[in-house]
Order: sequence, then structure tokens, then C-alpha cells
Amino acid sequence: MLDTLVVIGTDGLIYAAWLFLIALGLSLIYGVLRVLNIAHGSFYALGAYAAASLIGLYGQRDFWPYGVYLMIPLAALAVGVVVGPLVERGILRWMYPREPVYQLLATYALFLILEDLTKLIWGVDPIYAYAPYTLLGDVSIGDITYPWYSLLLIGTAVVVGILVSVFIRRTRTGRVIVAMIEDPEMSTALGINVPRMSVLAFSMGTVLAGLGGAMTAPMIAVMPGMGAEVIVLAFAVIVLGGLGSLEGAAVGALLIGFLRAATVHLFPVLELFVIYLVMALVLILRPRGLWGRAEVRRL
Amino acid sequence: MKPRWFWFSGLAFVGLGVMGFVLPRWTVFLLSLALARGLAALSVALLMRAGLVSFGQSLFFATGAYVAAFTVRLFGIREATVLLVGAVVVSMALAALAGLWIARYREIFFAMLSLAFTMILYGWLLKAYWITGGTDGLRIPPPTVLGVTWSVDALRTVLYEVTLACTAVALVLIHLFLESPLGYAVRAVRDNEVRLEYLGSSVWQVIYWTYILAAGLAGLGGVLTALNVGHVDPQLAYWTTAGEFVFITLLGGTESVLAPLIGAVVFEFLRTYALKYAPYTWQMALGGMMLLLIFFMPRGLWTLRHLRFRKALS
Amino acid sequence: MTVVLETKSLVRRFGQVVAADGLSVQVREGEQVGIVGPNGAGKTTFLNLVTGYIRPERGTIQFMGRDITGLHPRAIARLGIARTFQIPQLYPNLTVLENMLLAWAAREGRIMDPWWPLRRTAWVEPAMDLLARFGLAEDADWPTYTLPEGKRKLLDVALALALGPRLLLMDEPTSGVSVREKFPLMDTLMETLIPAGVTVLFVEHDMDVVLRYARRVLVFQGGRVVADGDPQAVLTEVPAVPMTGS
Repeated sequence: MLDTLVVIGTDGLIYAAWLFLIALGLSLIYGVLRVLNIAHGSFYALGAYAAASLIGLYGQRDFWPYGVYLMIPLAALAVGVVVGPLVERGILRWMYPREPVYQLLATYALFLILEDLTKLIWGVDPIYAYAPYTLLGDVSIGDITYPWYSLLLIGTAVVVGILVSVFIRRTRTGRVIVAMIEDPEMSTALGINVPRMSVLAFSMGTVLAGLGGAMTAPMIAVMPGMGAEVIVLAFAVIVLGGLGSLEGAAVGALLIGFLRAATVHLFPVLELFVIYLVMALVLILRPRGLWGRAEVRRL
Repeated sequence: MKPRWFWFSGLAFVGLGVMGFVLPRWTVFLLSLALARGLAALSVALLMRAGLVSFGQSLFFATGAYVAAFTVRLFGIREATVLLVGAVVVSMALAALAGLWIARYREIFFAMLSLAFTMILYGWLLKAYWITGGTDGLRIPPPTVLGVTWSVDALRTVLYEVTLACTAVALVLIHLFLESPLGYAVRAVRDNEVRLEYLGSSVWQVIYWTYILAAGLAGLGGVLTALNVGHVDPQLAYWTTAGEFVFITLLGGTESVLAPLIGAVVFEFLRTYALKYAPYTWQMALGGMMLLLIFFMPRGLWTLRHLRFRKALS
Repeated sequence: MTVVLETKSLVRRFGQVVAADGLSVQVREGEQVGIVGPNGAGKTTFLNLVTGYIRPERGTIQFMGRDITGLHPRAIARLGIARTFQIPQLYPNLTVLENMLLAWAAREGRIMDPWWPLRRTAWVEPAMDLLARFGLAEDADWPTYTLPEGKRKLLDVALALALGPRLLLMDEPTSGVSVREKFPLMDTLMETLIPAGVTVLFVEHDMDVVLRYARRVLVFQGGRVVADGDPQAVLTEVPAVPMTGS
């Protein structure tokens, strides 16, 4: 019994860490720009593909083996810095005055475009980039062995969470971003450079998504369809935690992480079903989410 | 709809019906699937009239399909007409239940709840493999149509004619609906909910009944797909399927009842040919086109027409 | 004469702001009452309270002797109170006639009909009649977003009238309308409303309009009625209340 609990606990934590990295960026973007970015899943996929390529390239040279870990944040940054501003200034900016429905559809169109783009660049065959994963070896927790990489994932999530939290609370830019989240209309009146902040926030969110993908690349077969799968999970997380709430992203990730781990080990048939059931229930019973501040439109 | 259009559409449908006997089998097959998909897109278009984007019509699409599969396997009923009716009825019943909650929401929350609902079904279809067949899905043996067991060759054409007939009936019904007070009320919801409430009507009710009607359409599309393909799988309930319906609706437009159908046919043929010649760029091109449409013509060409005349007169 | 509307000590706050501070008003059948007062005096709040858009914290509202406090705007509309808005609330993408037909369908309680056409002769005729009375007949087939402001106001009132209300509340009917068109607009409105026996309350900032069309004036300030009576008397003898226009 205790064994199962430990397994569920650790599995849940690992899954939660993964979800958190992805959902954090989505929540940030929604909070600041009020856009539910379906293409976020594509940024995740781009991060994974970029990391896989970089890791592959790195492995071909005779560099210091542990340097391969630098490829991961590098990939994330590449995605965020290149794709982020391009998308925000090039496409999203024109959608802000429009109804949210059209914004949603625009991000969906973007998602489709990016899906094909990744297929064009990297093909449809799965790509593997195991090096970072295998390099660290395993560790035993009780009777069970876990790869060190999974713990690295948890560590990264915690560090990223702390960094973002510090950035938001302590730096001026961070506080400006919070102001934009809390009161978008006042922001322009207060003299905040909204366009610049928007690009910044969006790019930050994109980097986070890319980081999520880049960290995932060594653990799986990188192939088309990653983005589609991930985005719905991310939605579930931020619905649970509250749209636009950064703490909520953590809470939502943890809850769904543990929920999934529990069902996988105890009632496997319920695995996906229960996550989306919870998402639906939260939307119905407490649309704001557990931490959220989004305005709910209903009669 | 002006009488001219009515006769034109009628003629087009008769023409399509005749073509079912002339065209090669794979074309007929594609057309059947396209029409079924068009019905699902029509259901999205219907809800869009109310200003609601549903990323979850795949819920009813899959329900219709799986109901047919279960009916054949559990009850041994193989008559297509029964399967059709059963699928539509169950889809609408499900919508009557889901609608109780979803009809209260708008915009992002409506979209997300519809997404959640369809993923719930997907999750169950995928994991409960001993009932649903899991990723492999379920096979549907060839149905009898109007009591007759048709040969494999003939069945392809017969199913096509059935699909065509169902589509025609659905189009007529939806057209009548859109010209009725409730049909206009749906558009009024999109334009100005407050005003509708001040007229003394319940916006929630308008949305609820529209949601149920849309579900029936999607369910019909689902069962027709299942019968034509002879197989159902969980992918029918995945959110990207719902996304395709939205995509088709945007391409075809929402102003006319025929638009989503035409969009679906174009989409299906484009996809088949594109997959052969430009497998990784056609979706990108369509996505780009969609973006352009959203940017420049959100209300469609319809509005340009009015503006032009008004300015000329004043 | 029957008391059509009676409010007793209506109180409503929005945070620190007391929008309604004991509003007690009595309106009799067939009256044309103007409501004036500076911005923030509670005039629109009063309209919102009576039409059910917001609920009073205290006090009651009675319409034709029946308690309507706290009822949903839907229910209140069905009982016979109609309202127009400062910014006309129309269906921009539907034509003028379609707007009117929907209102007519609502009047007949048939808005939920899913199969028979909206454009049936039994409805089109009275709808066109009503439109004609407001001079909107030629615009019947144009979508409302193409209409100029004055006509939008007229349509707003026409839609409210389609329900056949006993009481009509108008929120700044002439705001946004050019000076030349104010009187013709009000003439058209009153010519249709008075013979139909509709009781009219209108919030206005233009004193000329009030003096000319109201038989009685209520002066609002700070959420209270501070003066009530003949327009000439009230408006010329209460100079201390600043009447800043919108």
C-alpha cells in the first residue's frame, strides 16, 4: 500500500512538473493578453524538435558530454526569441481588438500552419535524442528505480517556478506584467508600453512552452501530434488552476499530475477520462478555477 | 432563400444522385464522407450563428458513429434506417443532457467546455477497450438498406444515395429552422443578448434547443461516416476532428446553409489530392487562408454588398 | 386614474456610491414624465431597477398594483414594461424589418417556434405599419448597422412599442441626435405613444425637450427625488441644482 502511494506520489510529481512547464506559459499569455493560445502546443513541439536537432548535432561532435544539457535551454530560447515576437507582432497584434472567438480561431489556424511547418522541416518520422536522458543514469527510491532525468525535470520545474515568481514580484517589469493581468484597460492609461510588454510576455510564454518541449525531447519519440495532445492537457491544467493565474498553473499541474498517477496505477481505464471530467466539472461549478480571476460570461 | 436557388439546389442534388451511378467507386466514397463531414460542419455553423464556437461537435459525431456500431453488435440490428434514427436520437438526448450546463456559457468558456466534453468521450473510448475496441475501434458489418442486403459493389452506391438523401433532408430542415422565429433569435443572440432578454425571451432556451439540433446534425454525420467506412475509432471524438469541422465551416462560410457542405466537399478532395502531391504544405496553405479570412472578412462578403449600395444612395 | 408604477424607498449601492437612496415615485396612467438631474444622480439606475436589470437592496416596485421587485427583465418585459436605451440596442446584422418581426414574434409569445417562417403575412403587415409610423418603412430591408443615429433611436422605440407595453421608459431619447432633429424625433414618438395610452417616463438632459414634452418633471439628485411637479415651475424655481448636460 505504502509502496503504491510512493509510486503514485513520485509519478504524480514528475507528471506535474512536465505539465507545469507547459501550462505556465499558457497561463501567462492568457493573463496578459487575454488570448487562449492553441498554438502553444505547437511551440512546445517546436521546442522538442529544436532540442532534438541540437542534441543530435551536439552528439556528432566530440564535445564534453555533459554540455549536451545546454542544448535544452538553448532550444527553448531559440524558439521563444524567434517565433515569439514574430507571431505576436505579426499575427496576434491584429487580433486584439476583435472578439475572443476570432482570436481563438486565429491561434487555431496558426496551430495548423505550425504543424505542417514542423513536418516540412523535420519530416514525419519519429526523432530520438536520448543522450541527456541516459547520461545521468538511475536512482532507487525504495524498490523502484527512477531515471535521474525525471528528478531533473522536477528540479527544473521548481527552479523555473521560483524564477518566474521572483521576476513577477521583485522586478519592475514583472510588476508591470501583473498590472496588465489585473487591469488591462488601466494599463494604457498608466503609460505602460503595452505593445512592448505584450511581445515580452508572449515571448516569455513561448520560451516556457519551448522549454517544456525541449526537456521532454530526450524522454520520448519526437513526432507529429505532440502539440495536439499537449494543448488539451494544458487547457485542463489552467482551467483547474484558474485562467491567468500563475500560482494556479502550479496547483492545477499538481492536482492533475497526482490524479493521473493515481488512475494509471489504480484504475487505468479512467486515465484520460477523469482528467477531462474534472476539467468539465471545474468549468461548470467554479469557472474561475481554484485561483483564478477571469471574468466568466454566463447568464 | 429565393425560389431560384431552391430549384438550383434541387437540381444539383438530383444531378449528384445520378452521378452516384456514373462516377468511379472511390469518388463516390469520398463524396459520401465529404457530405457526412459537411453535416458536422453545418452543426458548427449553426452554433456560430449564435456566436458560439464549438470545439466539441466531434462528441456527437463520435456518438452517432459508435451508437451505430453498438446497435449492430449488441442488438444485431443491421438495418441502416434504424441505425440512422437511433444515432440521431441518442446524440440529441446526449445534447439535451450536456446542454443543461453548456448553454449557460459563451465564448472561451463555451469553447473549452465543449472541448472538455468531447475529450471525456475520447478518453473513455480509448481506454475502455474491452467495450469500445480501444485504438483499434470497432468494425461495422455492411448494413441492410430498406431491408435489402446489397452486394458489395451496389452497397457503395446505395449508401451514397442514402447519404445524399439524408443531407438533402437535413438541409431543408435547417433552412426552415433558420427562417423561423427561433432561427432568427439564434442570430439575435449573437448580435445582442440583452435586447433579446428585454423582448421577454430566454437566451438560454434559444441556445439550448439550437445545441440539441446541432447535435442531431453532427450525430447524423457520424453515423453516415460509420456506415460508409464500416469502422469506428476513438479518433472520431478527438478534438482535432472537431477542429476540422470548425476549419471547414470557416472556409465555406456561415451565411448560407449550403456553404459548409460545399466547403466539406472541397476540403475532402483537396486533402486527398494534396496528400499525394504536397503532403506537408496544403494544411499550412489552408491555415494561412483561414488567417486571411479572419483578418479581412470576418462577416463574409455579404456585408460588403450592403455597404456599397448604401453609400451610393446617400 | 390608476397608478401604473409605484416605487417605495428603493435603495441600491454600488460599492461606496449610493445610486438610489430611498426613491419613492408614483406615476399615473397616461402621464408623460420627464426625469432630470446631474450625472450620477441615479436616473439610469432608476430605469435599471424598474426594468429588473438590477435588484434593489431595499424597497419595492409595483406595476399595475403587482409587486415586481426582483423579477427578471424577461418577466418584467412580458408584464408590459418596455425600455429604450441611451445607445440603441438593436440587432446590427439583421434588417430593420427582421428586428421588428422578432419583436412581434416575442409579442405573440412565438419566438421559440422552430419551423414556421418568421416572415408571415399576419406579422409582416402590423410590423410594417409600426415601422411606417416611425418613418422607417423604406429602410425595412437594410441591416440596422447601416442606419443613421436618429433612425436607430426611432427603431429602438418602435421595437419597445411592438410589445404593446403599458409603460415605456426611455433613456435619453434625444442624446446623440442633432439639434435640428430633436423636436421632430420627439414629435414622432409622442404622436404614436400618447394616442395609444402608453405611460411614458423619459430621462433627458435637454431642458428644451423636457419643457416641451413632459407634463410633469422629477428632479433626481444623489439618488433621491428632490423636486416633483409641473416642468415650468420646477425647472425655473430650482436654480440651485446644476443641470450639467451629458
